[in-house]
Amino acid sequence: MNELKASPAAVFAHRHLLGIEGLLPAEIIALLDLAEEAVEVSRQVEKKKAVLRGRTQINLFFEASTRTQSSFELAGKRLGADVMNMSVGSSSVKKGETLIDTAMTLNAMNPDILVVRHHAAGAVHLLAQKVGCSVINAGDGAHEHPTQALLDALTIRRHKGPIHDLTVAICGDILHSRVARSNIMLLNALGARVRCIGPSTLLPKGLDRLGVEIFTDMRKGLKDVDIVMMLRLQRERMDGSFVPSVREYFHFFGLDAEKLAYARPGALVMHPGPMNRGVEIDSAIADGPQSLIRDQVEMGVAVRMAVLEALAQNLPNG
Amino acid sequence: MNPDRLKNNERPLVLANARVIDPSRKLDARGSVILADGMIVAAGPEADSAAVPDGAEIVDCRGAAVMPGLIDMRVFIGEPGGEHRETFASAGQSAAAGGVTTVIMMPDTDPVIDDVALVDFIARRTRDTALVNVMPMAAVTKGLKGREMTEFGLLQDAGAVGFTDGRHSITNALVLRRALTYARDFGALIMHHPADPDLTGSGVMNEGETATRLGLSGIPKEAEIIMLERDIRLAALTRGRYHAAQISCAESLEIIRRAKKAGLAVSCGVSATHLALNELDIGPYRTFFRLSPPLRSEDDRQAMIEGVADGSIDVIVSSHDPQDVDTKRHPFAEAADGAVGLETLLAATLRLVNNGDVDLLTVARALSTRPAELLGLPGGRLTPGAPADIILVDPAMPWICDGEKLRSRSKNTPFEGARFEGRVLRTIVAGRTVYAYAGD
Repeated sequence: MNELKASPAAVFAHRHLLGIEGLLPAEIIALLDLAEEAVEVSRQVEKKKAVLRGRTQINLFFEASTRTQSSFELAGKRLGADVMNMSVGSSSVKKGETLIDTAMTLNAMNPDILVVRHHAAGAVHLLAQKVGCSVINAGDGAHEHPTQALLDALTIRRHKGPIHDLTVAICGDILHSRVARSNIMLLNALGARVRCIGPSTLLPKGLDRLGVEIFTDMRKGLKDVDIVMMLRLQRERMDGSFVPSVREYFHFFGLDAEKLAYARPGALVMHPGPMNRGVEIDSAIADGPQSLIRDQVEMGVAVRMAVLEALAQNLPNG
Repeated sequence: MNPDRLKNNERPLVLANARVIDPSRKLDARGSVILADGMIVAAGPEADSAAVPDGAEIVDCRGAAVMPGLIDMRVFIGEPGGEHRETFASAGQSAAAGGVTTVIMMPDTDPVIDDVALVDFIARRTRDTALVNVMPMAAVTKGLKGREMTEFGLLQDAGAVGFTDGRHSITNALVLRRALTYARDFGALIMHHPADPDLTGSGVMNEGETATRLGLSGIPKEAEIIMLERDIRLAALTRGRYHAAQISCAESLEIIRRAKKAGLAVSCGVSATHLALNELDIGPYRTFFRLSPPLRSEDDRQAMIEGVADGSIDVIVSSHDPQDVDTKRHPFAEAADGAVGLETLLAATLRLVNNGDVDLLTVARALSTRPAELLGLPGGRLTPGAPADIILVDPAMPWICDGEKLRSRSKNTPFEGARFEGRVLRTIVAGRTVYAYAGD
């Protein structure tokens, strides 16, 4: 596949970004190209652009997040938008207000872009049907987290070149991971070979139908891969419900130097954060020369700027 | 009591030039149906030459089908306790428009139908407010809690037509064993919803590729299969009368077939929704398609149709479950299960007939005759002396379902905008016309 340089934002003709599923390869590449420019902007002293001047962006987070929320906030501000953060968390929900009530309330404030994270799969779709502005999915349950997949792709592309030649292993709790789903969709769309590695209790039924190779042995799964993507395993899933214990999990699925040695020389390690050091990843690897974890954070801002800019082109009067 | 219902001062009625469908005697033939005094006087080709009662209204059916009114064995009604979702009056109107002349009501109300006084209340209240017959099934266990048996004998005397814990599964095998054993003394039917709550877990749709793509947790078919298999063993042990309220997958059908072959008093139902739709219809998280049991794969749907065609599946139900926006307008995983279905039960089922999968007689049997047999009701047949609970149907008339026009108080239909063929033209309960089609 040729990663053609098309005029970036023009290729992306969507009102919302709800997921990677359904995006064309050319659209993904256009967003990544636009993000490259945003990286340059973000590295200048003058980091401001004006594409969102006068626009209102609301970050509506029903689930706590530091990294994604601040990344979207910074991205919006660098493009000149007025950014408001709403951590709904529990307050309104406890008062009995439904997701849709909250959305309608915010909609009445005439935002241009709504960035939404919610703990239920499909919640962002539901919201997008009810509001008049553009909606960006910042993570919905175990469904999708499209900007994470885009920033991962950008990070990979900047270090390894075109994605279609690469073998990528996604390791850990695939069952509960929206990051895994979005990455599977994106990497497959761009022609990479995708592997999923984890204990069978954390691999969803029908995963094989998503175009991935499945491994339950990390050493076999990591053999000759170019990229190792680690996923976070939540502590409450390590108490015997999905895996017996932290130490058993780390023994078989924690990424350490010994296991990483099975990957191709120069293989790179990624993690969407926040990390559980000593659970899914050894500290020495996380901070080591093969780690791209800090790059991912920088690319996160750039990719979110690109997404905001692409959607801004399609806003009314935009 | 409603004096109109008591007096039954309706004129006798002759439905002439009709396609008379009576599954109780495998009759599908041109003929007439004569009704008088709330009962069927004659039906079939022989009725053409029978004497027309004095003062009878004569209707030329122009070849439309006359069949027994539908007996819907699984209907949830909001009243009492959830009148904002559905009342006896609104459920009755909805049923009448859908050709359902007898509604078998589930005990999942507030309070639960587990006491004689409640059965009594429902009998009186529905006589006053509902257009069609409403008969309650009482709870198997007090408060639907799955522990102590209710008073089967007294409840049956009061008018409960069977026993079920509705949406709830009885996880304790000993409780179900005793219930099946004790119910046998009264000849009562135990209807059960086989769904293992532990295996169901946090699942909200059929487990598999579609659920994985949507990021929703899945309900394995085994949640149904394992509990159904257990239930069948208990039916064999107790020789009690067991009815699986709804099955949803091919493996369950095999279990039922095996049990029937072994001569057990086992029967089962399927919902018209599961005959018409599969898991892919959920599409972008449409909560009106969130059901229990969940919509399964296309292979399972095809198996359900086969089961209806060969009679392994006894009855087709609507599983009518009105839910309001307060329970449905949520993200899929947080929404309630259930869909309304009284008004679409017949039309959705007729898809099977119009596709050539099943003949009209077989479908009519699963919708009326078989439920009547299982529950010991006098209806579900067009024989002299049977109650005049009948419907006039144009099996080919096309129409489009408009959720807002449904008579139910709740509009949670999975058939919004669906194209149907087959429409109820007239619904008659005890000789009285309770619905007449008057254009869309």
